[in-house]
Amino acid sequence: MTKNPVQNQPLVKYEKVSKKFDDLEVLKGLDLDINQGERVALIGPSGSGKTTIIRMLMTLEEPTSGIIKVDGTPLWHKEVNGKLAPADENHLRKIRGDIGMVFQQFNLFPHMTILRNVTEAQVHVKGIPKDEAEKRAITMLEKVGLGEKVDAYPLQLSGGQQQRVAIARAVVMQPKIMLFDEVTSALDPELVGEVLEVIKEIAKESDMAMILVTHEMDFARDVADRIVFLHGGLIEEQGSPKEILENPQSSRLQSFLKRFLSTT
Amino acid sequence: MSWDWEFAIKVFPEIFNVIWLVIGITFGAYAVALVFGLILTFARRSSFKPLSWTVYGFIEFIRSTPPLVQLFFVYFALPLIGISLNKYVAGILTLGIHYSTYVSEVYRSGIDSIEKGQWEAARALNFTKSQTWSKVILPQAIPPVIPMLGNYLIVLFKETPLLMAIGVVEFLQKAFLIGADHFKYLEPLTIVGLLFLLLSYPAALLINRLEKWSNQAYGKGSR
Amino acid sequence: MWDNINVYFDILHKLLPAGWMTIKILVTSALLTYLIAFIAGLGRVSQFSIIRTLTMIYVELFRGTSLLVQMFWIFFALPAFGVEFSAFWAGVLALSLNYGAYASEVVRGSILAIPKTQTEASIALNMTRWQRLKLVILPQAFRIMLPGLGNNSIELLKGTSLVSLITLGDLTYRGLIIQNTNLSYTVPVFILLLILYFIIALPLIILVRRLEASASKGVAKV
Repeated sequence: MTKNPVQNQPLVKYEKVSKKFDDLEVLKGLDLDINQGERVALIGPSGSGKTTIIRMLMTLEEPTSGIIKVDGTPLWHKEVNGKLAPADENHLRKIRGDIGMVFQQFNLFPHMTILRNVTEAQVHVKGIPKDEAEKRAITMLEKVGLGEKVDAYPLQLSGGQQQRVAIARAVVMQPKIMLFDEVTSALDPELVGEVLEVIKEIAKESDMAMILVTHEMDFARDVADRIVFLHGGLIEEQGSPKEILENPQSSRLQSFLKRFLSTT
Repeated sequence: MSWDWEFAIKVFPEIFNVIWLVIGITFGAYAVALVFGLILTFARRSSFKPLSWTVYGFIEFIRSTPPLVQLFFVYFALPLIGISLNKYVAGILTLGIHYSTYVSEVYRSGIDSIEKGQWEAARALNFTKSQTWSKVILPQAIPPVIPMLGNYLIVLFKETPLLMAIGVVEFLQKAFLIGADHFKYLEPLTIVGLLFLLLSYPAALLINRLEKWSNQAYGKGSR
Repeated sequence: MWDNINVYFDILHKLLPAGWMTIKILVTSALLTYLIAFIAGLGRVSQFSIIRTLTMIYVELFRGTSLLVQMFWIFFALPAFGVEFSAFWAGVLALSLNYGAYASEVVRGSILAIPKTQTEASIALNMTRWQRLKLVILPQAFRIMLPGLGNNSIELLKGTSLVSLITLGDLTYRGLIIQNTNLSYTVPVFILLLILYFIIALPLIILVRRLEASASKGVAKV
């Protein structure tokens, strides 16, 4: 966390990253840089590899080949005598501390109260004293509009509320980069707005980098500095929201947007 | 003192020869469990409350008291109230009835998994009650639970040593008698353990396979 | 009629001290059973394949053979290697190893029943393996395994009667002695034995029913 970022060095760098599930190649040699504080939205049809990109960064999925660097350090590899060897759990943990993630299905801990959900990792992972962790958790929960629900259990909340807790749980750990994996896909339409508002608010207040996998084009336009359109495991087109959404070049992106904007 | 191969090889056939008796007891008890279990299942579902509550109590009582004591009751106590059974019948009945309470639970789970619509369809077609059971419910309820039922065959097989307590010479009793004759228990008892392992483990694997196949066929947990 | 009741009281009076022995065996074996179940259950889901294999061999070995055979083997055959246990410890050891193998399957099953997404969420919070298990997986798995472990303890209680066959003075053994010395007591002795076992089992049965009911209600409060 305290490492000094080298000037102009991207925060995250994907170098020729491929991922195969059995015979299915979901990523085919991806090159992608994410800069400090940059907000990048990943869009594309299902199966285009968007979710896999962030799951590999969260160390939930190991790349089949290629290198992912965080702050210049390989994530899935460790340098031993100048050669790259597979990383061990200790190495992964060291880098993982800079990364946070919000999941499509919230994945809150059902056996803990809302407060404990947001406190637990602060105390046990970051070693913050319990009192202070709770204070920070409550501040964070108030920010996402759930200050009154601290004693409730996740399953007593609506999907939108649960997702806001999940956001608080991740943000309170103060990662350098936050990953959002289709965070509104599992929600009823009327609950989508409140979650997106919370993310926009956080994006405005903090200088965290963000990678957002999303189908909400308006949201992407509002939050992202750059939109990356993926197709068949490769980047088909990328650029500013204006370029991508208003002046798409490739025919695939054009038809994707057409289908998308007409159905939503 | 340690392992004596010569002795082990000598006594192996003696112990192994008991296998037909053991298999007979196992399948006898299994038949009792399957049939009596079905009767319990129906009685449990009876709309005549005193019957269904009595059966419920019976099942709970039998399930939570030791089969060994039940065996003594059947073999030693029943004759005094006029029901004399030889040791084989006593053993088969005790084990069979004890496990019928488990088997009836398996039937119940199978029947409970049948959708309400099937009952309604049978009624709409004006089936009689027994037709509904024999043509609609049981043919759907039983096949998915066959692996679970098969498990109880293995369970019963492993319970047969219990019958040594009333003098049935099954694997363990045979081995124990041989051991006592020679003051050497290690070889015969180890042989018994291996026999159980060699017979029950492949059977368990088979049932495992059956279970996977059945889960696929009946669309449960196929992922 | 009064005669009859006196017979029951007489037998009960003689049986009760042995009831303590049964309970002592039950409690000792239960503690050991759950200890073994946790170690073996966690071993079955270990990241190291050698531990997985070893615990699997233990579980299959003890589930594949009979409890009574195991008890006899420990009591009568082990001394051939110079390892001698008293009847009490031979009984407790056989019971614990046998029911521990079954209970470890309950532990393993309930750990595997926790969705993978819970592990992913705790990885995303950068928890260590041990923290994931201790803070996230086990507390949830525990609720799922309780009814199964409760049922296991009822089976264990039934299993304790087998120690009578290696001459340990539990309820069943004492019942047999009473019956042997006074054959006219045969019917009441075994009826009383069954009732006594049922009475010991009763709290466990009620506990299991409650646990099953609360487990089916899902997770709301701890």
